[in-house]
Amino acid sequence: MAGKNKTTVIVEPGKQEFFVIREFEAPRAIVFKAFSDKKLLEDWLGGQQMKVKYEKFEPKAGGSYRYIITMGNGMSIGFHGVCHDFSSPERIIQTFEFEGLPETGHVVLETTKFEDLPSGRTKVTVQSVFQSLADRDGMVSAGMEKGVVDSHNRLDEMIEENIIR
Amino acid sequence: MELRRDVFQAIADPTRREIITLISKQSLNLNAVAENFDVSRQAISLHIKILQECGLILIKQEGRDRYCSIQPKKLSEVADWLEPFRKMWEDRFNKVDDILKKLKTKKHGR
Repeated sequence: MAGKNKTTVIVEPGKQEFFVIREFEAPRAIVFKAFSDKKLLEDWLGGQQMKVKYEKFEPKAGGSYRYIITMGNGMSIGFHGVCHDFSSPERIIQTFEFEGLPETGHVVLETTKFEDLPSGRTKVTVQSVFQSLADRDGMVSAGMEKGVVDSHNRLDEMIEENIIR
Repeated sequence: MELRRDVFQAIADPTRREIITLISKQSLNLNAVAENFDVSRQAISLHIKILQECGLILIKQEGRDRYCSIQPKKLSEVADWLEPFRKMWEDRFNKVDDILKKLKTKKHGR
């Protein structure tokens, strides 16, 4: 296969949302499956470094889910939410809450859209809408903290100094 | 308490982000910056002090005026803010690629 498709992240200043956009080399029925099958989600949601285990997964309107992520250092964090819409192969709408925050109630609304592209390809757009700008920036920064593990550029070293102290 | 003084603290506040945008276009004196905002001059002054301590802007005294200019090197660090977050998603989706390849093979193999 040719090089990997580009992952685009849109995080605009002052907006309570972010978008993640990516194209895949498969028809959307197959891509949708990768996003809605418990075993497959466990395979990819943690990336290379983290392990994901679903405790509960009901991919249907009114269902709910909870999964545990275990990081490289052995620390575990839970995530849970309610499924609003699982319309194969078009879209998934669900809520999302990170259980590692000091208080509960910081809920995210997550919509994943699957669009047909020519030649049996699919475009996936994930939109996450937050209750506040602080919530969104906090989530983006959490991705940033993971970056400390993944790479060693100058910026990451700076972050490290502030986090580890 | 020791305060964090880095680019992330600098961009955590919406007013400071606006100040950065403003002076990244041209150097301005403190009064000119303050005129662009509804908050008090003291508040803007404090934001500018934080931005200076975070290394994002440089303040130069010229006669009676204090001019704020951007530190482009630090600004590019702000642009890099998103990169680890993007990488996290990229890492996930690269694994999705592998899964899709397997699913497609399985389908054709039937």
